[in-house]
Amino acid sequence: MADAERHPNPVEASDIGQRLYRFPGGLKLRHHKKMACERPLERLPTPERLYLPLKQHQGSTGELLVEVGQQVQKGQPLTRSSNDRSVPIHAPTSGTIEGLRDWPVSYPPGQLAATLVLVSDGQEQWISRNPEPNWHSLDSAEIVDRLRAGGLAGLGGAMFPTAAKLRGQWPKLHTLILNGSECEPYISCDEMLMRNHPEQVIQGGLILGHALGVEQIVIGIEDQMGAVKRAFDQVLDEVDPDQKCRVIQVSKIYPEGGERQLIQVLTGHEVPHNGLPQDLGLVCLNVATAAAACECIVEGTPIIERIVTISGPAVNQPRNLVVPLGTPIAELLAAAGGVDDDLDRLILGGPMSGLPLASDQIPIVKGSNCVLALGREHTQRQQPEMPCINCGECVRVCPASLLPQTLFKHLRAEQFEQADRLNLFDCIECGCCAHVCPSHIPLVDYYRHGKGQLRVLGMEDARASRAKARFEAREQRIEQDRAERRQKREQREQKLQQPKVAMDEVQAAIERARQRKGASSDQSDHPDTDSCS
Amino acid sequence: MQLTLSGPPHFPPINTVGGIMRQVLFALIPALVAHCWFFGWGILFQLALAVGFALAFEAVMLRLRGKPLQPFISDYSAVVTAVLFALCVPPLAPWWISLTGMLFAIVIAKHLYGGLGSNLFNPTMVGLAAVIIAFPIDLSQWLAPRSLSPGLPGLAETLRAILTGQLPASLNWDTLSQATPLDALRTGVAENRMVTEIRANPIFGDFGGRGWEWIANFYLLGGLYLIWRRVISWHVPVAVLATTIIVSTPMWLLGPDVNPSPLQHIFSGALVIAAFFIATDPVSGCSTLRGKLVFGAGVALLTLAIRRFGGYPDGVAFAVLLMNMLAPLIDRLTTPRAYGHPR
Repeated sequence: MADAERHPNPVEASDIGQRLYRFPGGLKLRHHKKMACERPLERLPTPERLYLPLKQHQGSTGELLVEVGQQVQKGQPLTRSSNDRSVPIHAPTSGTIEGLRDWPVSYPPGQLAATLVLVSDGQEQWISRNPEPNWHSLDSAEIVDRLRAGGLAGLGGAMFPTAAKLRGQWPKLHTLILNGSECEPYISCDEMLMRNHPEQVIQGGLILGHALGVEQIVIGIEDQMGAVKRAFDQVLDEVDPDQKCRVIQVSKIYPEGGERQLIQVLTGHEVPHNGLPQDLGLVCLNVATAAAACECIVEGTPIIERIVTISGPAVNQPRNLVVPLGTPIAELLAAAGGVDDDLDRLILGGPMSGLPLASDQIPIVKGSNCVLALGREHTQRQQPEMPCINCGECVRVCPASLLPQTLFKHLRAEQFEQADRLNLFDCIECGCCAHVCPSHIPLVDYYRHGKGQLRVLGMEDARASRAKARFEAREQRIEQDRAERRQKREQREQKLQQPKVAMDEVQAAIERARQRKGASSDQSDHPDTDSCS
Repeated sequence: MQLTLSGPPHFPPINTVGGIMRQVLFALIPALVAHCWFFGWGILFQLALAVGFALAFEAVMLRLRGKPLQPFISDYSAVVTAVLFALCVPPLAPWWISLTGMLFAIVIAKHLYGGLGSNLFNPTMVGLAAVIIAFPIDLSQWLAPRSLSPGLPGLAETLRAILTGQLPASLNWDTLSQATPLDALRTGVAENRMVTEIRANPIFGDFGGRGWEWIANFYLLGGLYLIWRRVISWHVPVAVLATTIIVSTPMWLLGPDVNPSPLQHIFSGALVIAAFFIATDPVSGCSTLRGKLVFGAGVALLTLAIRRFGGYPDGVAFAVLLMNMLAPLIDRLTTPRAYGHPR
């Protein structure tokens, strides 16, 4: 019953991509991708020092496996994962662990986190790997275990542990969607990956599809990615003889690369509130995650590098580079010809939803898809923040059909619960509302703050209700004790009120006392035996 | 290296408040020129007076409220209020009409309610309603449009009329002024004459009033420009015009003698300017898309009801103010279903 309520219209596998649907709102943005795609994809040489934050993903940190001063080989695990929600990290090159120290990281912005420093020995000495070109012979659990050991996490930016997406209790899954529609301006790392290694993406999709037991794999790309489509078409027949993969081009409206929006575009269905794509029989993964899965299974290579876009109006030679994880961003900027003098912001991710970086020493991690540099002239605002004029432009562009300006008014007044009732948690923080706001209100900041406050309030509520439950249980216990004692007393009083019983009681008590006395006099006759025994 | 750590999005927003208001002003230029052509120089003086009073009141109120002058004066919102007001009053209306109108619009409707973004009622319509009630005679004295006029008053005569409230001796109200088409229709129907008969009066043009219908066309043009530039959404204008047509067509078909045609409804009075420029005021209107449709429909229905049953020939100002009262409730009842929630 509950299941039927949650899935009023289960998605049919064969319907997916038959026609494309629209999601409400969204923006047509200039994509600015060409500038970074014109230079060929090259490999950044491994820098002397790599900085590897222990926690690069959602979920818990694994157990540390190495010591300071230890020699490690390329691909050697540095932490161990104990469950599907924890992701290990691996040495991107061979060398020595120089230390474990606090180092600037991208998230949370402006903070430090425990980071392993690896000094490269320049040998690139691989640890022994376990390649399996014939992956069809592996069963689902084995594939997921290998992917987990290989440190797979969502490379689209969210870094969600892949194993946790593949293994779980949900209805029958029928389709794996590979998200290749990177809709934010400037970011082109997935486009370059698909152009250069389409076969890896397809094969990775087939491996993941095999592990999930799905019927088909749908690769969603944008309609202006003609080169990507051609690259896929060239290799599709060879890599995928069973024709399980389909490439579907979706129109380019930001944020259609968001998981929930892409699902809506391809299926016409919405992921249920508080639900997962799995509730619709779907799993959605990034194309780069699929390519990494292919390398992980077929070649036995864990995730130790990724493609990163270095772009933005303040970058001299925008480009895409294959970068060892742990490389400080300064090295990437140098490889892209440096940045303008009036640099104002460094951003990890895109201009609409990326994280601001506090330092260029922050290292690249698994989810780092793009480094964007903006000069002061590009971030300058023409007016101060003004009052909301209720123009409703934010309502028109919100892809989650929220009322951004009403949420803002509640949050400004610290009415967090009203904001919760207006579905603040359905906000995907795409930034469309703030992008069109004529009053220049930093709406996304308000929503993040509001969500944080609500989480704190929720935790406080939970703590308060736990305390209340404890208090009530204690009261109940005391009351019960009291009741039991009262009952016993009453029983005894009742007994004593009946003369015969009372007499018997008295009699019995006298008997007991007598016996005890007799016993003690017996004992006193042989005091030594007792003490010696 | 000093890096800015501020939240996304990282490029500045594409719009500004002043930019939006300037677009509205651009969109009014064609209608303004047409107004000038059909009714003479008066509108230019009305504009100057209204804008002057509006900015003066705005500055005083900002000072009294301890707000910075520069960003709020340069947001053009007071100018838009003033220009729309000037377009709604008769070209020869004396200066105190503007003064009173702007006093109610800027001081009372806008700043006493909290300034830009906080007013419950459309400032222009509050100002207009105030002068309609306070100066009913002055507000009904419209000039005859150019082609019907023995000669529109010249620059100096216009100025003198506006400054003194008296027509120069050389001019005569009876020849200059004329009932507005809506007024003529109203009195005509009240005297049991047929609409076709009333429409024989030369003040009526092809659809609405002569001159008036051309100004309405230019409001329409400006309104389409605003929709194209995404300054306003199509919902309110479409709702206003569609509701007018849907409600007045059956009445006209059933009783063409007593009910004006839908096109006459649209092309006379302030319906088109209301549809595109007044009912679309964001602050006092609805913000949900379905709410905008309801809001527009309500404005049209109330306008038609006031034209037919009310005490004023045109009821746009009151219709908009009445709908302003309902806007928060409409917004609340039309909250869209968020992504992933049950239908």
